[in-house]
Amino acid sequence: MQITLTVNGETRDMDLDPRVTLLDALRDHLRLTGSKKGCDHGQCGACTVLMDGRRVNACLVLAAMAEGAEITTVEGLGRPGSLNPLQQEFVACDGFQCGYCTPGQIMSATGMLAEARDGWPSHVSESLAGPVALTDGEIAERMSGNLCRCAAYPGIRQAISNCAGTSAEAAKEAAE
Amino acid sequence: MTVNFRMDAPQPRLLDQTGQGVIHKPLDRPEGPLKVSGRATYAAETHLPGMAHGVLVTASIARGHVEAIDDSAAHELEGYLGCWNGERFLRNPAQGMAGAAPVQPGDRVDFRGQPIAVVVAETFETARDAARRLRILYSEEDAVTDPAEAEFETKEDADAARAVAEALETAAHRIDATYTTASHAAAAMEPHASIAEWNGDQLTLRSALQMLRFNALELADAMGLERGQVRILSPYVGGGFGSKLGLGPEAVAASMAARDLGRPVRVAMTRQQVFETVLRRSETVQRLRLAADSGGRLTALAHDNRQFQLLGEGFAEPVPQASRFLYAGAARSYRQDLGRMHRTPSGSVRAPGEAVGQLAMEAAMDELADAVGLDPVELRLRNIPDAHPGTGTRFSAHGLEACLIDGAARFGWDRRAGPRARQEGDWLIGMGMAGAARPNMLVPSEARVTLAGDRATVETDMTDIGTGSYAILSQIAAEMLGLPAENVTARLGDTDLPGASGSGGSFGAGSSGSSVFLAAKDLRGQIAALMGAAEDGLTLKDGLARAGNVEKRLADLIAEPIAATAKIEKGEMAKETHQSGYGAHFCEVAVHALTGEIRVRRFEGTFAAGRILNEKTARSQCIGGIVWGIGAALTEELVHDARTGQPVTRDLASYHVPAHADVPQIGVTFLQERDDAANPIQAKGVGELGISGAGAAVLNAVANATGVRLRDYPATPDRVIAALAAAGL
Repeated sequence: MQITLTVNGETRDMDLDPRVTLLDALRDHLRLTGSKKGCDHGQCGACTVLMDGRRVNACLVLAAMAEGAEITTVEGLGRPGSLNPLQQEFVACDGFQCGYCTPGQIMSATGMLAEARDGWPSHVSESLAGPVALTDGEIAERMSGNLCRCAAYPGIRQAISNCAGTSAEAAKEAAE
Repeated sequence: MTVNFRMDAPQPRLLDQTGQGVIHKPLDRPEGPLKVSGRATYAAETHLPGMAHGVLVTASIARGHVEAIDDSAAHELEGYLGCWNGERFLRNPAQGMAGAAPVQPGDRVDFRGQPIAVVVAETFETARDAARRLRILYSEEDAVTDPAEAEFETKEDADAARAVAEALETAAHRIDATYTTASHAAAAMEPHASIAEWNGDQLTLRSALQMLRFNALELADAMGLERGQVRILSPYVGGGFGSKLGLGPEAVAASMAARDLGRPVRVAMTRQQVFETVLRRSETVQRLRLAADSGGRLTALAHDNRQFQLLGEGFAEPVPQASRFLYAGAARSYRQDLGRMHRTPSGSVRAPGEAVGQLAMEAAMDELADAVGLDPVELRLRNIPDAHPGTGTRFSAHGLEACLIDGAARFGWDRRAGPRARQEGDWLIGMGMAGAARPNMLVPSEARVTLAGDRATVETDMTDIGTGSYAILSQIAAEMLGLPAENVTARLGDTDLPGASGSGGSFGAGSSGSSVFLAAKDLRGQIAALMGAAEDGLTLKDGLARAGNVEKRLADLIAEPIAATAKIEKGEMAKETHQSGYGAHFCEVAVHALTGEIRVRRFEGTFAAGRILNEKTARSQCIGGIVWGIGAALTEELVHDARTGQPVTRDLASYHVPAHADVPQIGVTFLQERDDAANPIQAKGVGELGISGAGAAVLNAVANATGVRLRDYPATPDRVIAALAAAGL
């Protein structure tokens, strides 16, 4: 079937078997292998991408369901030589080892930071309303859908925390 | 010419005399930008023209034969290309360092989940559909799938066992406790995958593997080829932890289909197949008996284990490996009962031996501390042996005492209260600790270093499975050649390059790092000759060569590229000394008195492992190990159906690897140490040291929090509630 996706700002027309998942469409048809297949069942988070700004497990979305959607993958954030701040922090904080879960962690963190900025509470939030303070515990809770068997978790959260501070300050400055 | 080096004597600490200052520094991984931008290419991610897609089919019986495979329904699918099985098919991945094909059982089935065929089609979706359409006719035979029905092969030194029994009888204090640990899966994030591509009779395999030098031999043997006909590429590997030590069934399946089809074939295991097919860590039953005098000094130690393996597989988990030398005690015994079962075979999973052995041993030490009435740190300090207690071999650099003292101070161990003495609402708070040890090894490894002007290239088939090989090998060459680290490029993961140790057994950094060191050292000699100076009068720093009052830029001096190849192997030092990394773990937990939930609140580890080559990547290795310890203690349990042998917790939703929320920020400290007996770079492995004892520190903290000792792991909430209830709490 004919499917049109917008991936990292580019319109991509594809003729796909209706069984093709968004993840396989990205990896095998568009050759964007940054999004990883760790379980193909929505259990590990390695395939996390943004769909219209929200994080989703690309293995649980059929490509056909993403018709017309704006998809952002890790390739769309930055490339070597022009990494975005979160990617740079992942490198600096050693927020990865083997690197296989890393694109999913970074995409999930990108979506999560937006959710926190929008005031979405989590299971461990003190309150259901009001601004979210991204403590280590908050970040851990919100990132627990992304497994890392190398267990780079402390470095991942440090990287996210460093960026959360930056983006919070930027938001504050913008507000002032 | 290749420099051949045997580690027969302590070597000068050259890396302490070179002046570049990049060794040990916490430099970022050079491949980091590729990984964080999704541009590092893993095994399944190369797109080759005309590539077909394969899906493995696994056995649904535990024992018997495949009588027939009917694929007529698959033929109805457009794009179906065929089904392959037969004599070359692998039953399971090769054991680590096998260097030859694992069992090729033909039509015989030995365990449920055994790969029996591969189905190939034009697309993944069609192949997956076709695989489900196969009708497989089996002849089934009786299988042993219940541990209670297994027959055991026993290894025991009767004299040693008798000596322990006698010491126990007269001891002032004794512990006799039995612990159980669950079966574990490596569960690397990247599922095993291979792409096979033939060019005439030459086979190129892109695969997720840890030890390419051995894997090439395994592939050639499995396919009936000469070694020179195969090339394996594994530039990036999405985690290994032992599960990718040996060539896997999907590699041979892809190679068979690709040869017949005359086009490249990709086969990636599903996550469920990874759990069913890849070598696991056996469940264990461990009986620990400790005898001590009135001062808490060990007089005897018996660490017995029961574990399981498939018939025909030689590997056994070396459960008491660290118990053999970590603590003193004259009488020592280690009985092993190996039960044969028709379940997925066992093999090396990160820290084989220590990962489960020290979980039990360090818990038993905690129980002994209680019995003697000694602080657990003090008990360990009193039992540090002067030499290997079993063999009398002298230790090389031995940092256990310093780790215990440093870790205790850093953690605030003196604030530990008595059992069940701290409570915050429904949460019981406790502290626990454990010692750590993991023996150090040197495995033959070869590398080539080329210097062109002021840029160097390191080439070896060493892999980086997340361990930091790209970083440390670049740093070693940079330090030796006086270059900024970014002037060195490491090319890894290609069997066309000099053969390395591979990544396994924590020996990769010391072994392959030494080969790079030796090749670079040879280059220093060549540079000195170009300078007309003696090597020991040469200084290399920031791309400048200095000898006497002559200074030249390497960019000018090295007009034509110069190269050196070096190979290291173990020698007399491995016989004359016992080498190990050491450490100490300290943990604080909260245990919910009603729900049995355990939260790890704080964790500090101090380690002594010789020279630390990159403080950042080594720290990550230790954190990773500690988290594996947390998983083994609290959540990870590969459950099998005893009736059928089917792995039940065969995905990441039911096999619980620790998630972000399970892991606090973790403190890791490295003590300054050089191990002159280990290798010429004075470094020991850190990849598995962090696991050793880590889970015991968690469980000992649980015992301190609750006043109740759990001995069946993982300590899931149901077990915690049952233990509290049994104690009347």
